[in-house]
Amino acid sequence: MDNRRIYKVLLLEPSAIIAAGIRTLLADFPDFRMLDTETTGDPALAIDRIATLGPDLVLIDPSLFPSLRRTPVRHAFPVLQEVTIVALCHSMVDEELLAEFDGSINIYDSPSQIHHKLRHAAEQGGKTLQLDGYDLSDREREILVAVARGKTNKEIADMYCISIHTVISHRKNISRKTGIKTIAGLTVYALLNNMISETDASIGLQ
Amino acid sequence: MKKTELTYDDKEGTRILFSAGMKLADLIESNYELLAILSRLGIPLGFGEISVAEMCRHHNLSVNLFLHICRIYSSATPILSYDQLTTADLPDILSYLHASHLYYIQHTLPRLDAKMQAMIDSCDGTNRKILSSFFADYRREVDNHFEYEEQTVFPYVKSLLDRTPKEGYNILCFEDNHSDIEGKLHDLKNIIIKYLPDNCAGDLRIDVLFEIFRFEEDLLKHTLLENHVLIPLVEKLEKDGQ
Repeated sequence: MDNRRIYKVLLLEPSAIIAAGIRTLLADFPDFRMLDTETTGDPALAIDRIATLGPDLVLIDPSLFPSLRRTPVRHAFPVLQEVTIVALCHSMVDEELLAEFDGSINIYDSPSQIHHKLRHAAEQGGKTLQLDGYDLSDREREILVAVARGKTNKEIADMYCISIHTVISHRKNISRKTGIKTIAGLTVYALLNNMISETDASIGLQ
Repeated sequence: MKKTELTYDDKEGTRILFSAGMKLADLIESNYELLAILSRLGIPLGFGEISVAEMCRHHNLSVNLFLHICRIYSSATPILSYDQLTTADLPDILSYLHASHLYYIQHTLPRLDAKMQAMIDSCDGTNRKILSSFFADYRREVDNHFEYEEQTVFPYVKSLLDRTPKEGYNILCFEDNHSDIEGKLHDLKNIIIKYLPDNCAGDLRIDVLFEIFRFEEDLLKHTLLENHVLIPLVEKLEKDGQ
């Protein structure tokens, strides 16, 4: 009758207290089942477990990966490719970092909020790994040069016969990869990397 | 003994306990960045064992407002409800924001300018030109931003408080005009960290970066205070005046 899927959950959380709390909460969610009872904060061990236990959803404390702030979680753990990854946050987490996850819950969320968020993330499924890495793609470089020359999104769309929506999505990726948001900043990037000449720049140089 | 009122922020798991009854010195000990707030509110050091409430009474300052500002500066994700604050707090909020501007103009920006200049001077010809020009643009934007607030926004709020509101302006115009001066600072930071070739002096770059990170943090709190405290209270005042 109730043919709702049951999602297997693996928890990677170094705090025994928090892990116990999450386990207790999850025991009340009929559509989730915890796979493991051990607490771990060791990412290497975690990879092993993901491979052998085959969870549908992994709950990870993002603070386990402080050194990976600029490295997308999925890049660091290719094994996570097909798994839904949800961040388990204790404190404020950088939005950019959270974007790497398929969802996030906070330890101050109510049980029903947690249930809702987990189900939502599980139903959406895992993102696929973006293999384009951290370097700008050729198209992104072309678009960055156009932006630095002062072209508008509309002009860029016409130039490369792509939609404005695509231009905006490229620009978002450029900003994500470079950490540079403003047109003036992107112009400096292009100049420093010799992608444009001074006379081409959208900003005047004194 | 009066029961100490505890205020805390548990929204994102950042608990900061500040209370009217605590010693002012303990408050500073918990977050030394709050020294800047004392300075901007004109509260001198050497205050002995005075409590937060006593200090506020001496300086004729609302305890709620003071704790609220401290919380904004101390929490990664401060509570942004302003329900404890009222339009009666606006004069103090204005003087705090004004004092912050003065601090930026007289201390922070000259320091940033000097460190930036030293770093730029250590770069080679083309890069020097590129950075100078970007930074000069940024500085103009910052100056304009503060000037607009000082010349237009604050006088408007004062006129509202005096019940002689200026015609043809409302706080929504401020929201529209509130240019994002944090964007370019953020970019400058990443450019210096990631993209400036290493022929520019490393130590000077690190000096500039520390300066930028601190200014960025301070501006972020300043903007929070403007957007989530000043603007809602002024909107309330505008509605009450109608």
